[in-house]
Amino acid sequence: MTTTAQYNFAYLDEQTKRMIRRAILKAIAIPGYQVPFSSREMPMPYGWGTGGVQVTASIIGPDDVLKVIDQGADDTTNAVSIRAFFAKVAQVATTTHTGEATIIQTRHRIPERALGQGQILVYQVPIPEPLRFLEPRETETRKMHALEEYGLMHVKLYEDIARHGRIATTYAYPVKVEGRYVMDPSPTPKFDNPKMHMSEALQLFGAGREHRIYAVPPHTEVVSLDFEDHPFAIQHFEEPCALCGAEQVYLDEVILDDRGGHMYVCSDTDNCEERRAAGHVGAQGVEGAE
Amino acid sequence: MTDQPLLRVENLTKYYGSRLGCADVSFELWPGEVLAIVGESGSGKTTLLNSLSATLEPSAGRTLYRMRDGEWRNIYELSEAERRFLVRTDWGFVHQNPADGLRMTVSAGANVGERLMAVGDRHYGHIRETALDWLGRVEIAADRIDDQPRAFSGGMRQRLQIARNLVTGPRLVFMDEPTGGLDVSVQARLLDLLRGLVGELGLAAVVVTHDLAVARLLSHRMMVMKDGHVIEAGLTDRVLDDPREPYTQLLVSSILQV
Repeated sequence: MTTTAQYNFAYLDEQTKRMIRRAILKAIAIPGYQVPFSSREMPMPYGWGTGGVQVTASIIGPDDVLKVIDQGADDTTNAVSIRAFFAKVAQVATTTHTGEATIIQTRHRIPERALGQGQILVYQVPIPEPLRFLEPRETETRKMHALEEYGLMHVKLYEDIARHGRIATTYAYPVKVEGRYVMDPSPTPKFDNPKMHMSEALQLFGAGREHRIYAVPPHTEVVSLDFEDHPFAIQHFEEPCALCGAEQVYLDEVILDDRGGHMYVCSDTDNCEERRAAGHVGAQGVEGAE
Repeated sequence: MTDQPLLRVENLTKYYGSRLGCADVSFELWPGEVLAIVGESGSGKTTLLNSLSATLEPSAGRTLYRMRDGEWRNIYELSEAERRFLVRTDWGFVHQNPADGLRMTVSAGANVGERLMAVGDRHYGHIRETALDWLGRVEIAADRIDDQPRAFSGGMRQRLQIARNLVTGPRLVFMDEPTGGLDVSVQARLLDLLRGLVGELGLAAVVVTHDLAVARLLSHRMMVMKDGHVIEAGLTDRVLDDPREPYTQLLVSSILQV
């Protein structure tokens, strides 16, 4: 026996998983609606993805292949620790390849490669309530969701335009799901919003500290809010990825020195690696590199 | 003026437990008419106003409102969605403290535009144009449109609150001490503005005030309240010039003459 035998499969006990699965089913039945659930203490601090981990723990099975990304990267602390956590407590296979994964837990990015049927994307959500900063009363925001009073969401966008001349919200950009609930897509860049629309994959959102789960089922309409004369638009990058030359992907700026040197590279490391393996080379990439 | 009232109140009574808020109030309010409710602190004015404006469910009695389609509806029998929609489109509520009625952390333009966005206006240019127009009408300079109300003086805040309420063209506005807390010259300017807007837009209004001068300037009719009961009602000039009840006489004679 290994030492992990003292843990139940995937860390949570079966009753807890059952409770969370019920919340998930309800969330899937009402796309975009925030379902309360009894969030558990997890062996990691709030803000590190306790909500996402609980969702993943409740849906994962021994045959699943797990991928975890943090800001698109497979190799950052958060991603490595959560991947190691599930490798230990559930003995599941892990991968960094988007195409091979059945469950992808993510913090703030959606992989560039289109997700397919049978894949599940689990988001770690810090603040599930899109109206929070405009209306701090939870009783009131719940009522507003119930009665579909979403004018206030546009007040935020109005403020953006009044102050910056354009909609300056770049992440956690509010969306309307299936023509009904306004939802915070977690702090993903708005670049990823169009990927949520009619996605073939199931998208689950877990907010551990806030005790909320919500979901976007496959083939669901997800529309970013905007004004008629200031339509929604995603970020555009002027140069391609410096390593793999990819265009139409989300790039991170990497500072190279203290004299203003910088480069733009793919935020999605797996996508970048796959492209380089296929022979694509960017301006600062190395031919034939690993 | 039409041949039907806008608001019909029948035997409205509100108890807080065993304590009386207001008792057995009945009146009708006609389109374009301004009704003042006066009385001392604790006389039930605000209880009555809150019961009328769908914020405080009365213990007994009915409040009927003639909707835009001409149908009479009891406002406490509307669904919550209908009631909230009514409150933010066809009605307005001007609070004594502007911070209660404004969003202090968003710009003046957004404060005015919020109601438009709530009823589905999704054109930024149009919202902004309307907001500018309304700021002009309440005498707030156009270059303050992107400032937050936190940066406004008390009088400006109150005028902004009025603009925010009137932007959807309501037919009925409730005001709770609209000039309370403002200094005298600002009060006079605000009253002047209110009187102009009410006349121009043909608004019906219910104004709660303890200031008889406000009632005199704004209202057509007034009701005097004492200990939860309406003790005298009539045309404003009649009540103020020829008060019948001893309490009203006392109230009128207690105005300081400078």
